Amino acid sequence: MAAYNFRHALFCAIITLIISYPIIGFNLEAQGIKVTLTGADASTLTMVLLAAVIVFLFQLFRENILGALRSIPSPLPEAKKEPMAENRRAKIESWVLTGIVVLALFWPFFVSRGSVDLATLVLIYIMLALGLNVVVGLAGLLDLGYVAFYAVGAYTFALLSQYTGISFWLALPIGALLAALFGLVLGFPVLRLRGDYLAIVTLGFGEIIRILLNNWTTLTGGPNGIGGIPDPTLFGMEFGRRVKEEGNTSFHETFGIAYSGEHKVIFLYLIALVLAVFTALVIRRFMRMPVGRAWEALREDEIAARSLGLSRTAVKLSAFTIGAFFAGFAGTVFASKQGFISPESFVFLESAIILAIVVLGGMGSQIGVVLAAIAVTILPELAREFSEYRMLIFGAAMVLMMVWRPQGLMPMRRIHIELKKQE
Amino acid sequence: MLVLEDVHTHYGKIEALHGVSVEVKKGEIVSLIGANGAGKTTLLMTVCGNPRASSGRIFLEGREITNESTAQIMRSGISIVPEGRRVFSGLTVEENLHMGGFFNTKAEIRKSQQHVYELFPRLKEREHQRAGTMSGGEQQMLAIGRALMSRPEMIILDEPSLGLAPLIIKQIFEIIGQLREEGITVFLVEQNAHQALNLADRGYVLETGKIRLHDTGKNLLENPDVQNAYLGG
Repeated sequence: MAAYNFRHALFCAIITLIISYPIIGFNLEAQGIKVTLTGADASTLTMVLLAAVIVFLFQLFRENILGALRSIPSPLPEAKKEPMAENRRAKIESWVLTGIVVLALFWPFFVSRGSVDLATLVLIYIMLALGLNVVVGLAGLLDLGYVAFYAVGAYTFALLSQYTGISFWLALPIGALLAALFGLVLGFPVLRLRGDYLAIVTLGFGEIIRILLNNWTTLTGGPNGIGGIPDPTLFGMEFGRRVKEEGNTSFHETFGIAYSGEHKVIFLYLIALVLAVFTALVIRRFMRMPVGRAWEALREDEIAARSLGLSRTAVKLSAFTIGAFFAGFAGTVFASKQGFISPESFVFLESAIILAIVVLGGMGSQIGVVLAAIAVTILPELAREFSEYRMLIFGAAMVLMMVWRPQGLMPMRRIHIELKKQE
Repeated sequence: MLVLEDVHTHYGKIEALHGVSVEVKKGEIVSLIGANGAGKTTLLMTVCGNPRASSGRIFLEGREITNESTAQIMRSGISIVPEGRRVFSGLTVEENLHMGGFFNTKAEIRKSQQHVYELFPRLKEREHQRAGTMSGGEQQMLAIGRALMSRPEMIILDEPSLGLAPLIIKQIFEIIGQLREEGITVFLVEQNAHQALNLADRGYVLETGKIRLHDTGKNLLENPDVQNAYLGG
């Protein structure tokens, strides 16, 4: 055993050296027209060696270290308590959630503009993640091109406002419905696919939409994007310093208060908040309806679900369509928030991040997904100083999560419905 | 009730069923026995429309269902307990049962649920447990219960004894007998030929995609060929 451990540790240390030395230890330097390879200085080499030694020691005493970690008592004393009664917990939960939403309504009036802006972004991600949660978490269809529907929503608003001067409130349902239509259209060809094949096709679809937006220069402006997307209005009141559109009034004049750029930011935040809450409530409703259980049944066992007379087509299409609908929602809000969109905002990395949120939060769990959306959006902002290592930290966090909580932050609980006792 | 007329089924270019004719009459228990790879499961799946019969016709209560979709067929008074149970392991027992009554009203679901709990008191005890955490026998009970939730006229069982302890198998077969008393037609596909034929009114023997023998259950049990091939001499 000891001999095996030693060999294993040595192997790991050598791998560490092989991987890290060429990446960190060599530098390519341009001298005039020639490129020369130079070795790194002594301190870098020491660091590489030190890393290899640490890996070696950790692997050698791995059992002891992990054993010691495990013997640390759980920091949560409640962990051993009996769970609360189901209905009592549900009641407390709904009160707490309502409280949080109410707090979130008043919160922007007391904090800086930057944090409100960031919070709006978080809410957009929450909407996206809740939507993807239907497709991936509930129906079990791995969708790697979800960002396409987001793009459809955003571009619908941008293009309609550019060509027809449509307002945000009209674009919101149109964008969502158009995205849902795209979801339906994508749903048809992928019905027969599952697992990896489905993932590849959806990935392709996401790229098709992005490349189309990038290259259809005459319509979408290509990589230059579309600017001048109007801000949302409140019953015909605009939030700019001057009224842009005829017939509209401006918010600060109507209420006789001084103009402040913050009004618009807060208003956008509130819209995003309302829409995110709306998304969560609607999807929660769906989850409790038969269609929600049908999604889960199809995820658990397709053959059994079909043997009960469920139509695979209808169930899969409904999941795709509803997921896409909310992505369209988020896209419209995003376009309005940024005022400018380009295909660059809808790359595959976005799909990956939304998927990461769903997986981190716990597939199918709404609260978990919301928490994960907050964490994944805010942590990189807080870690701005380490900006070079952001993706590294992100990746490490994902790996650690998968090791310690493979079910996600808040695994989905079964919603429990009691049938009334018969008399 | 269920009639198959000269049904051929293909997987790609390979023909798995070479013209099979089977009839199941109302209120009967009919057993289909055969060795591994004889086409038993294929025959059942063809009834369900997945894969579709490439030729021949299938009737359910006089209505031709050969070209209907699986979803349509499964909603017309027929239920199947698929091979290997296939319960929804992440869902609770109760939710599994509710999935079985997906197209029924709430009142009907409540009634069928109670009925299933009477047949299988064990399921009542496990009502809120995830189906995947139960033993194989309990899962088989759940699979049968789930199939009964839609109040079918006919139930098809694919290898209900697969991988179960002899005592549990006995229980399952008792329940199948009980279903007949309730007027449910049973089409039973089994490798456990002895018990399947014992219970059955009539039986079919399927061999490499063809019906070799067809007789009453008792006669088949006494048939020397059947005894040699399926009952261990």
